[in-house]
Amino acid sequence: MTRVREALRKLQRFARARKNFPLFFSPAIILILFLVIYPILQTLYLSFLSSSGEFVGLNNYSEIVSRKDILNLEGFPKWPPLGALIHNAIWILIHLPLSMFSGLALAIILRDVKGSSIIKSIIFLGMVTPLIVGGIILQYTFTERFGIVTAFFDMLGFEELSKTWTAYPNTALFALIFGSVWLWTGFSMIIYSAGLATIPKEYYEAAKIDGAGPFRMFRQITFPLLRPLNIVVITMTVLYDLKIFDIVFVATFGGPGKASTVLAFEMWQQAFWFNNFNGAAVIATLLTLLTSVVTIPMIRYMVRK
Amino acid sequence: MKLNKTTIILHIIAWSVALLWILPFLGVFMASIRPFDEILRGWWTFDSFNPSLNSFVKAWNDPTYPLSRGILNSFIVAIPSTIIPLFVGALAGYGFARFSFRIRSYLFMTIVLLMALPQQSVVVPLFQIMVNLRLIDNYLSLVLVHSAWGLPWIILFMRNFFSTLPIEVEEAARVDGASDFQIFYKIVLPMSLPALASVVVLQFMWVWNDFFLARVFIYEESMLLATQRIEYVGREGPLGRVNWGALSAASIIVMIVPIIIFVLLQKYYVKGMVGWSVKG
Repeated sequence: MTRVREALRKLQRFARARKNFPLFFSPAIILILFLVIYPILQTLYLSFLSSSGEFVGLNNYSEIVSRKDILNLEGFPKWPPLGALIHNAIWILIHLPLSMFSGLALAIILRDVKGSSIIKSIIFLGMVTPLIVGGIILQYTFTERFGIVTAFFDMLGFEELSKTWTAYPNTALFALIFGSVWLWTGFSMIIYSAGLATIPKEYYEAAKIDGAGPFRMFRQITFPLLRPLNIVVITMTVLYDLKIFDIVFVATFGGPGKASTVLAFEMWQQAFWFNNFNGAAVIATLLTLLTSVVTIPMIRYMVRK
Repeated sequence: MKLNKTTIILHIIAWSVALLWILPFLGVFMASIRPFDEILRGWWTFDSFNPSLNSFVKAWNDPTYPLSRGILNSFIVAIPSTIIPLFVGALAGYGFARFSFRIRSYLFMTIVLLMALPQQSVVVPLFQIMVNLRLIDNYLSLVLVHSAWGLPWIILFMRNFFSTLPIEVEEAARVDGASDFQIFYKIVLPMSLPALASVVVLQFMWVWNDFFLARVFIYEESMLLATQRIEYVGREGPLGRVNWGALSAASIIVMIVPIIIFVLLQKYYVKGMVGWSVKG
């Protein structure tokens, strides 16, 4: 009898859960559906329309990709402006390895350093600072005479690099990229630090007894155990590089002569500067595709977990 | 820790890196407290040193774009933009953690994918919607978009947290006749305060630091948010010369809020940042 009652109660409980569970999801689903999913699809739709609303197929796409602001490879290899698409690629190529490596190195070094929590907070400041402020600070740091970087190169006698970086096409993009390394390194450092904290100390003690040196310990203990984190750091960093906007907006406005423009900035400018919503929708769709492709490995990893 | 050569070298490297990292902040700080002619040859020169708060006062009371108003406006936007998605996201996260239904994993993957997208993917249609609803220059548009935009990661983060809670307590309450919502509000949420704190800290900071969405939805002078005002405060007239004193002071005023929150609630911030990427 008790068993029957127990089964009955389970059934009731199940029914109640089925009845209530839409209520748990509906506020979130409504907000996401109307303010995220619908706009994404509408953006895709707009990218196929002319400004007067006719369907023009891929015309907008070919028009946008043939713009020099987006792709400018005439006489490649050369200095910027190379177009936003290439600038984003350069951004990833420089920013990803630099911030990933320095974050990992810092995480490992700081494990054995006194006062490491203060150092970590200092390096993490860049992650907490509004990017718009980060852009102003990096502009200041790369300004002729006032800035510490330009002053440093002036001291070393590099005349080209002692001028205001953000004012010249050869250097503007690189000022932004190095500035973004300074701002973002805290992310990989904090992720790798958290990973290191989960490695039991006994592993290292055992390795020491076996006579392993620091490099062998790194190769055989630290690195393999941190490896699952690489996918997180790589994905988030590439996403950051694809989404970069604020620091470009405030430090260079994409210039000079589009030498430091990026996709997110071009999208904003097309839409809210030139009122070309359809062209902007094309760039937005390209960004959506790129970020989605980048995220797939991380989703796979999370699903497996 | 033994005092050998490696340890000393490690300390020197670590502290030099920290010094290097803080130099740009120090530069802006110096530019904000020193008169412009003193820093003409670099803020690190100290031939004369007359610090003052003039630039801060000037930025705070700017005649057309007072930063005081910007800070107030940013709070008006950031507080509801944090509280709304906190509750909505926690509800959905609980749903994902505790109910199973057929399309759960697809729904979940969609939400994770949405987390990756740039705001550029959505602003053109959102701008058009808000124009039609006459919500441009109305904080409601900004609050709604921030709330929806923050939801994916909040749902993911809260789901992961809820899955670590022991289910027995909830089952016991259910046997006692509590409804799903009673269980959620009276038992689950009180146990989740640390996770909710992480969500509050991160979401508030993201909304506070946002520039892009504010730039798209808010144009009216008196309504501009703190991040939007920095540039106006720091330039003498449109396209004018940069006033580094005011620009630096404005930057510091705007960044001080997230920095204070970070210093006070660092534990929750880091938990929120790391929580969904590292187990444990």
